[in-house]
Amino acid sequence: MTKTLVTITASLALAAGMAAAEEVRVYNWSDYIDESLLEKFEQETGYELIYDVFDSNEVLETKMLAGGSGYDVVVPTGTFLQRQITAGAFQKLDKSKLPNIDNMWDVISDRTAKYDPGNEYSINYMWGTTGLGVNEGKVKEILGEDAPISSWDLIFKPENAEKLADCGIHMLDAPAEMIPAALNYLGEDPDSHDPDVIARAEEVLLPIRPYIQKFHSSEYINALANGDICVAVGWSGDVLQARDRAAEADNGVVIGYYAPDEGAQMWFDQMAIPVDAPNPEGAHAFLNFIMDAQNMAAASNYVYYANGNKAAQEYLAEDVIGDPAIYPSAAALDNTFTTTPFPPRVQRTVTRLWTKIKSGT
Amino acid sequence: MRRAVLIAVPYLWLLALFLVPFIIVLKISLSDIALARPPYTPQLDLNEGWAGIRAFFAGLDFENFTFLSTDDLYWKAYLSSVRIAGIATLCTLLVGYPIAYGMARAPQEWRPTLLMLVILPFWTSFLIRVYSWIGILSSEGVLNQFLMGIGLIGEPLTILNTNTAVYIGIVYTYLPFMILPIYSALEKMDESLLEAAEDLGSSRFSAFWLVTIPLSRNGIVAGCFLVFIPSIGEFVIPSLLGGSDTLMIGKVLWEEFFSNRDWPVASAVAVVLLLILIIPIVLFQRSEENAREAGR
Repeated sequence: MTKTLVTITASLALAAGMAAAEEVRVYNWSDYIDESLLEKFEQETGYELIYDVFDSNEVLETKMLAGGSGYDVVVPTGTFLQRQITAGAFQKLDKSKLPNIDNMWDVISDRTAKYDPGNEYSINYMWGTTGLGVNEGKVKEILGEDAPISSWDLIFKPENAEKLADCGIHMLDAPAEMIPAALNYLGEDPDSHDPDVIARAEEVLLPIRPYIQKFHSSEYINALANGDICVAVGWSGDVLQARDRAAEADNGVVIGYYAPDEGAQMWFDQMAIPVDAPNPEGAHAFLNFIMDAQNMAAASNYVYYANGNKAAQEYLAEDVIGDPAIYPSAAALDNTFTTTPFPPRVQRTVTRLWTKIKSGT
Repeated sequence: MRRAVLIAVPYLWLLALFLVPFIIVLKISLSDIALARPPYTPQLDLNEGWAGIRAFFAGLDFENFTFLSTDDLYWKAYLSSVRIAGIATLCTLLVGYPIAYGMARAPQEWRPTLLMLVILPFWTSFLIRVYSWIGILSSEGVLNQFLMGIGLIGEPLTILNTNTAVYIGIVYTYLPFMILPIYSALEKMDESLLEAAEDLGSSRFSAFWLVTIPLSRNGIVAGCFLVFIPSIGEFVIPSLLGGSDTLMIGKVLWEEFFSNRDWPVASAVAVVLLLILIIPIVLFQRSEENAREAGR
């Protein structure tokens, strides 16, 4: 009886967000870590780790803005992080508790400083690019051997999109990815916040709209791997997952990931500590654990995404560090761009434009 | 005294679980968007006393509702939701009525098993059941492979990511909600009424039309409401099975809330949706009551 009461009291305390001090609660993207690391963290630090997952920045952001999420570590993408910092959702990192921060890679930290000046609130976890996932056999069968598979021409040229339509084109349901890509294709500033410039994205996206089978941000992994579709605009690691699933299934489908020649959008998933984290001490311990070179390398070797940790690179598997789709060459890195969050009014224009592109209304 | 307590229980329930959340949503719909936690202003500051309360009410306005009327997206989404929900409800009725009828006419000892079979799908998660339709309807899916296998079609049909898939999803998901009320109305029916109708020279069809249908009317109405109301605000089915041109208010609401982070406008959309649903129901109930009194 007493035991039951204790359990009930403990769960009530948890529900109220007053987690006991020895717990660390982490909220990360789904399929985004080598799970043996979670056990290792518990063994090394003695904290009990509670690890939950999400699959969209919007869901995380809503939890952060509502407050009282009860999480100690969360992983928003750069643009979202920047807005949430402005809203006062995070606490500054205490770098004296993060000795492993010296392992971080300046090439990446310089870029993430655009979202988090001085990297005061966050550390980089993983990063990647947005590009084209291509079913090489089918696309070459339809468009010929010289199909522009590494260029936005592949789908942004209506005549190509029309031919590929029956085979299937999926596009990310993410205006913050697709509109900069269209602007970049037009030669405009992909990070423009001017509604008139943003409206020009219509010129690219509306004509190909009839040839897009679906706008969705995760279904393309399976659709590509099963050979249901020919082309998907997707995130690098996800397309590589599709490539591996197709290879495992041995179904004759060969998937390739291409960062577009015109320039690819680069994004960064950052670990940060909510301002109302119940256990900031444990949160710092987790961040420090993740920044350990071998731990970070283990995570990347498992999920096929690049990380922002210089020291980890010597422990990376050859098919990770050696794959230009994961770790692009220096020249390819120069051919990337980043974006910043839209202010609320502009955000509304963007969402509205996106609804118009998707639904014709 | 005991009666008062008995009545108080459902009222408290409604108050706590319907009225209070509604007032919170209404309050947010009158606020303005802000980059803060939570992302809207004004916040009620009780420490300021009366001045704070006055400042709070001064900050509320109907701007978001005016905004909804300036963009035709919202009206189109409302109308399209009503249309999709209406067509889907009709289809569910056409599928569900014969099933309920068959169950009610089945031998007594079969009925519990048949009821179990209707309820059985609920033991699996709703999300998984809707998701599995992707596997059935996709161009490489079970249905297309079957139809092509028997040579009925040469090219795969495009069903997934269209409104047809949404109708199939709604009919499938909400079918039990249609069957159960109709079944319970039909089961209570006295079959000697049908014999009487036939004795009086009615054909079997007109006996069904003139006796069975009117007697199961309450079941039909309850079933239609149970299907129509949740499907009008449906979000999961159109986002999994529908195409990107499937315009439904549930998706618009999601975008306002998550993509635009505009909780005030999202709340205004929700308040309008509630009004759209409640007014016809209240009107309908009133006309029912009038009809009942007139019949007396």
